[in-house]
Amino acid sequence: MSVVEKSVSELHELLVHRDVSSTELTKAYIDRIHSADPDLQAYLTILEDQALAQAAEFDRKIAQGEDIGTLGGIPMALKDNMCTEGVRTSCASKMLDNFIPPYNATVTDRLRAAGTILLGKLNMDEFAMGSSTENSNFAKTRNPWNLECVPGGSSGGSAVSVAADEAAFTLGSDTGGSIRQPAAFCGVVGMKPTYGAVSRFGLVAYASSLDQIGPLTKTVRDNALVMNAIAGHDLKDSTSVPYEKPDYTKFLVNDIKGLKIGIPREYYGEGIDSDVAKGIQAGIQTLIDLGAEVEECSLPHTEYAIPSYYLIATAEASSNLARYDGVRYGYRAEAADVLGMFKTTRAKGFGPEVKRRIMLGTYALSSGYYDAYYLKAQKVRTLIKQDFDKAFEKYDVLLSPTAPTPAFKFGEKSANPLAMYLSDVTTVPVNLAGIPAISIPAGFVNGLPIGMQLMGKAFAEGTLYRIAYTFEQNTNYHTLKPNLGEVLARGNR
Amino acid sequence: MVIADKYEMVCGLEVHVELQTKTKIFCGCTTEFGGEQNTHVCPVCLGLPGTLPVLNREVVNYAIKAGLALNCEIAEFSKFDRKNYFYPDLTKDYQTSQFDLPICGKGGLEIEVDGEKKWIGITRAHMEEDAGKLVHSGETITTSYESSVDYNRAGVPLLEIVSEPDMRSIPEVLAYLEQLVQILEYTEVSDCRMEQGSVRFDVNVSLRPIGATTFGIRTETKNLNSFSSVRRCLEYEVARQARVLDAGENVVQETRTWDEGKGITLTLRSKEEAHDYRYFPEPDLAPLVIDQEWVEGIRKTLPELPVARRARLQGLGLSAYDAGVITSGKAMADYFDTALSYYSDAKTLANWVMGDVTRLLNSNQCSVADSPISAKQLAELLELIDKGTISGKIAKSVLEEMYSTGKDAKIIVKEKGLAQISDEGALLGIIDSIIAANPQSVEDYRAGKDRAIGFLVGQIMKATKGQANPGLVNQLLKQKLS
Repeated sequence: MSVVEKSVSELHELLVHRDVSSTELTKAYIDRIHSADPDLQAYLTILEDQALAQAAEFDRKIAQGEDIGTLGGIPMALKDNMCTEGVRTSCASKMLDNFIPPYNATVTDRLRAAGTILLGKLNMDEFAMGSSTENSNFAKTRNPWNLECVPGGSSGGSAVSVAADEAAFTLGSDTGGSIRQPAAFCGVVGMKPTYGAVSRFGLVAYASSLDQIGPLTKTVRDNALVMNAIAGHDLKDSTSVPYEKPDYTKFLVNDIKGLKIGIPREYYGEGIDSDVAKGIQAGIQTLIDLGAEVEECSLPHTEYAIPSYYLIATAEASSNLARYDGVRYGYRAEAADVLGMFKTTRAKGFGPEVKRRIMLGTYALSSGYYDAYYLKAQKVRTLIKQDFDKAFEKYDVLLSPTAPTPAFKFGEKSANPLAMYLSDVTTVPVNLAGIPAISIPAGFVNGLPIGMQLMGKAFAEGTLYRIAYTFEQNTNYHTLKPNLGEVLARGNR
Repeated sequence: MVIADKYEMVCGLEVHVELQTKTKIFCGCTTEFGGEQNTHVCPVCLGLPGTLPVLNREVVNYAIKAGLALNCEIAEFSKFDRKNYFYPDLTKDYQTSQFDLPICGKGGLEIEVDGEKKWIGITRAHMEEDAGKLVHSGETITTSYESSVDYNRAGVPLLEIVSEPDMRSIPEVLAYLEQLVQILEYTEVSDCRMEQGSVRFDVNVSLRPIGATTFGIRTETKNLNSFSSVRRCLEYEVARQARVLDAGENVVQETRTWDEGKGITLTLRSKEEAHDYRYFPEPDLAPLVIDQEWVEGIRKTLPELPVARRARLQGLGLSAYDAGVITSGKAMADYFDTALSYYSDAKTLANWVMGDVTRLLNSNQCSVADSPISAKQLAELLELIDKGTISGKIAKSVLEEMYSTGKDAKIIVKEKGLAQISDEGALLGIIDSIIAANPQSVEDYRAGKDRAIGFLVGQIMKATKGQANPGLVNQLLKQKLS
């Protein structure tokens, strides 16, 4: 087994016992990136020199007997919408092609403080808008399980690089499913934490009231380890919650006896692939066998989640993305006057999906339409929250497929935005309610991974980790790897 | 105001005032005026991608303080909203402001015009961030070859104070503005330096036929930056609207701009072109909850406001006019009150402060706050007059000496030997010699010509270089001649 295939906790043991140095480890990942990425295109920026310098510094520290922490020396990568001082942060957009932030996101700082090695920045849908990473202005990221298929999105690069061992772990951001859905499509573990659990400072905003950063990892334990490093109150983010952050690894017990799991029937409606439904049913049976109490339940306002989401998210986006006007940084088009410069810059700098959402959001906030669209959507959001509150009076967690289908083919949905939007049906209610949810590998359909989604009460990430860990300990899906033989061979030629 | 006996003016004002907190509203950058372009900035006030605002608590404190001083209700629950529009002086192409739930609700203040008191209502006051400053190579952004922008001012906290349309004349408008600025200065929430643009005015005005009960169609003229601009703008706009109405036409509802050089208003944008600001709640900031304890804590820090101060000074014997002059600025009022703590005759003190002291300061273009004569020093000078050490006339020259040297009155009097001669022995000698030298005048006086004694006193004062105690001289001379 190659060292890059190992989990974070295994790598930590190797580093502690000096079986491998961080420099060796970093080199191994860089080699893997050079071999795999020509086909997979997960990375937008590879920081070879910087990563090796960070690894060398780490190796000096460990040689001096310094405490390395649980993530020290571990190579990882960030979605390209998280600010990295001195390193291009493009959001996969022509608009920010040349944008080099003079500051770090809080998560970047925290992972640096934890001693991790930054390998590079990962591809995504432009400004995190999309479900397939097809909306990137720069690269076509492929699903390592089937190169004809999309990796999911918008954190496609974050999921692929973990699945294809191009990073030990990554961070993604999730506004309507952008961590969980690509995690499911690529067969990795992806956590969307409670809104306010992880600081958004330095995360380039798509929809401020929905965006949340979270880890994508090979195992549930790794995920808890990364959450330990990135979660917690941040004074730079007014929406960050001052809560008592637990040690998430304390929840990793192989025992779910007596836990109550609700299965919301609305998540199995039209559009759910029958093989996906069967796969999840088998997963549910495993949990029952392990002692969980499972019952069908209802979240009656689910059908309004998609329309509400696409009004609220686009309204916020229309305002968040206004600053890309060519005046201060980023792309600028030449024009005869200032208004022309604004218009041409935005016409040429944004891709079609971003423009579509800016227009939708602008419309939803316009005078005369505000009440019917934005305000109504906010009311529905409250109802969706109440659905969850009520369900959590009875159940510890709710369970559903992460996505209605396995990974789809390139171009299959990109011509039909509405079909693409509807594929978010199982993930967006969680963002609207601000609650945490995790996607874990739960089987395969036609050789493609499928994900099981567990949703919990606000700040109950621990309960999600407990069930996810127990499921993982009693199944082998997470140990199966995509066959990258041909990809690596091509890359090595 | 009656225009050609036909129309009544209706005016309401929006006043934007910079709050003088040390740092900006959503980041730690300094609010200091000026500085090299784009040096008082950071990623947050530049609105760089991924940055987030954190509300400066001091801004809320100042807004509450201003609100209380303006008799406003302080909202227990308020929130910030985004006002969306594209302009290069905005770093995010939206302004973080407050829309439907401002921090200050209904309030108002009392004005006095020609002895008549009137209450001017305040609709609301809300917090927002200032924008940057554009510098054009030409006249305007559209006619310039190039424009540059300085974001030092971006994110400086503003309070926008919106009045009711309660003002009916230009003097009422000016009285309201004077009162408002006085209150803001007194509470020290703003330095109100108009020449630095720290107070700016939007003027809403309409005309209606005398006797009408509904309002006419109004125009809004934006971004005036002095009282005199407001006055001139209103004079122009009222006359313009009257001409439109006289011609049987309707005033167009629109936003206008003031051309300071030409003294005219011009159309900026019509109602149809009005911005749709697409306000919505700012998702990056939590709603603002202000409990009673917070408000009461601020209320305790409120200073004596101008109205109360005027009343107190009138109680000490000052005329309404004098009390008004003394309290017109906080610095002058504070100077007066400090002097009053050393010297109790308020009326005499007021005469000196408003008279000689002000004259000296004005001729040297010096502000009261920077006066080289401290309030305590002034009080000591007045004490010397009351004790008879120096005469009032000598005191005036001592004051000038104090101004240029900063020395205490006592020291100047001693150094220059200016103390009044109140020694009877010394004076009698001089009196005798003057009597001897002026037999004609003595004759005249004894013959009943009272005026003659004035001449003799004058001669004695001259002989003593003005230092003789004039009261004592008069008394002694009469004794001698009787």
